[in-house]
Amino acid sequence: MAIRTHGLSARHYPSRIVIYGLLIAWAFICLFPIYWTFTTSFKVAVDVTQGHFIPWVDFTPDWKGWRSVGLSPDTIGQISTARDEFFKRFENSIIASVCAAALAVVIGSCAAYGLSRFNYKFGPMKNNDISFFFLSQLILPPVVLAMPFLVLYKELALLDTRIGLILIYTLTVLPIVIWIMRDQFDTIPQELEQAALVDGCSVWGAFLRIVLPIALPGMVAAFILSVILCWNEYFFAALLTSTNAKTLPVMVASQTGSQGINWWSMAALSAAAIAPLIVIGVFLERYIVKGLTAGSVK
Amino acid sequence: MDPTVQNSIAPLPRHALVGSATEAVTAGVSPQRVEDGKRIIILATIGFAIVALMQVLFDAGLSPWGFENWRPVLYAYVLWGIALGAGQVRMRGAAGHKALFVLPAVLFTVALVIFPTFFGLYIAFSDWNLSSFEGRRFSGLKNLYDLFADPYYWNAMKNMVFYALMVLPQYAIAFGLALLLNADIRARKFFRVAFLLPFMLSPVAVSWMIGKSLMEYRFGPVSNLARQLGWDNPTFFTSPWIAKFSIVVMDAWVWIPFIMIMLLAGLQALPKELSEAAKVDGASKWQSFWQITFPLMLPVSVTAIVLRIIFQLKLADIVINVTSGGPGGATDTISSFIFREYRDRSNVGYGTMLAEFYLVIIIIFITLLLNFVSRWMRRMH
Repeated sequence: MAIRTHGLSARHYPSRIVIYGLLIAWAFICLFPIYWTFTTSFKVAVDVTQGHFIPWVDFTPDWKGWRSVGLSPDTIGQISTARDEFFKRFENSIIASVCAAALAVVIGSCAAYGLSRFNYKFGPMKNNDISFFFLSQLILPPVVLAMPFLVLYKELALLDTRIGLILIYTLTVLPIVIWIMRDQFDTIPQELEQAALVDGCSVWGAFLRIVLPIALPGMVAAFILSVILCWNEYFFAALLTSTNAKTLPVMVASQTGSQGINWWSMAALSAAAIAPLIVIGVFLERYIVKGLTAGSVK
Repeated sequence: MDPTVQNSIAPLPRHALVGSATEAVTAGVSPQRVEDGKRIIILATIGFAIVALMQVLFDAGLSPWGFENWRPVLYAYVLWGIALGAGQVRMRGAAGHKALFVLPAVLFTVALVIFPTFFGLYIAFSDWNLSSFEGRRFSGLKNLYDLFADPYYWNAMKNMVFYALMVLPQYAIAFGLALLLNADIRARKFFRVAFLLPFMLSPVAVSWMIGKSLMEYRFGPVSNLARQLGWDNPTFFTSPWIAKFSIVVMDAWVWIPFIMIMLLAGLQALPKELSEAAKVDGASKWQSFWQITFPLMLPVSVTAIVLRIIFQLKLADIVINVTSGGPGGATDTISSFIFREYRDRSNVGYGTMLAEFYLVIIIIFITLLLNFVSRWMRRMH
């Protein structure tokens, strides 16, 4: 990223201290809960109640939390129902979020391309109306769909299945994908495809061979953002799944509810649940930012 | 969807080059192909209608033939969608190919949003408790009367107003952070990643990490800090207003990065010359911010705030997991209230009425908001 000098400048000494002070303070606010969760997963009860913070300095790390989920070094080789349960939920979360994001990116990209390039007329609806129709799904709160889906899924035998979750997650991220991809396609000059069309390419050929490779960064951004949103989704998963298709957030939530709070195992569970997201956040931040800012700056 | 509506997708060329090519191809479709296409669509529609009707009759107990659940109807719908696409291509050549781009998304959304929403209306006007054996009974407007008399629902509605208003302080903080990140600093990448991380975490994990752990009464670090700062009894979730603000703090922690990233992109797109010109003119930083940066940032700000309000109206996960709406409904949102209505009482009919009513309110509110915003923006220019 290019260094920008307008806005606040950090060249003068006093203002520099203020700026870095504020930056570090906010970074602390952002990172401390994450740090706390990870360190707590290595604490025993005494360390938690006495409010110890720094491993090896004021407490000795212990595998107790991770042992209770079957992920500590000494239990990793053994059979553990807690670990099986955890991996089952983990697998459900991965399959539901990745499949939903992929499906949304495929049908969303096609729709966004069509809306960006051609003029449609569905009865009284033209391009802008169709776009608005898709984007307006964003304002639909999950509760409105939750109960009709509960009844419908029961009739369709989709309750507590991954396919059911995938369908509804695709639906929730589809408007966002269309928003991002439409912005992406609008920035690609049309001359490229027109040249291909003159050369005898079909509309779909031009789309698949020429436009898609250029739009790939946008698709990656839309995909990653969708995966994150689906991974974190709780509301539908809590209502529509029970034993088979339960996802990680539902598992984490149910642990807090039933047996009071079992600190070390909760911390280990939360840490394991957020770890993949932190990895994604650190390495793919560029794409997330790209996805979030699509269409906001014109 | 009515296939005749689909048929009226007309090729309206936007660019002369693509347009003329399209028209040539459309004109070149032989009558035979048009007939074929029509036949495919009609056959598929009849097939779909037969499957659906059969299942309706079977379900109502009027016919002995049917499937054990409705899933075959779903498959029939998918097949019908494929046939519709094939028919379009057959009938209208290149224009049909173009229609194929939006058709999947439209059919998908119609099947999963429009249909359930209207199906929801059917549920909403009934007395239906999933845990009782009686099943659905039509109850007319009873649910609606109950809704107007339900103090908890209106209390949740008031809370929603509060939560929506709390977007503004979040916006102010996010703007400050965006300005900081846009300053001439080192380690920008580190700070950007650190600031973005909360947005990535699941609200359920955040509920535990912050709500149940950091803010724990006995030994949570935040409670300890509050004690040291002189608050004897740092209970974050027992008195109504403090509980509300605690929820807002957690929610802000997750969502501030979202606003911040949008504003940062806006700041980076500003022309550099403007602030430099202001500097040459001797304007102070404060002046140049209010007179140049802030007005230029208005469009981005409005987009960010409107989007954020839309997301805020869905607030549920944190409330469900931290307070379950307590104490006494002080932190309840509409979504968490309806969630409990279903979870604790299996009251599908009433819950759906609450949700559909909320949807109507949201649609009215968002429409008014967008109208107001666009009028206001026009006046500013």
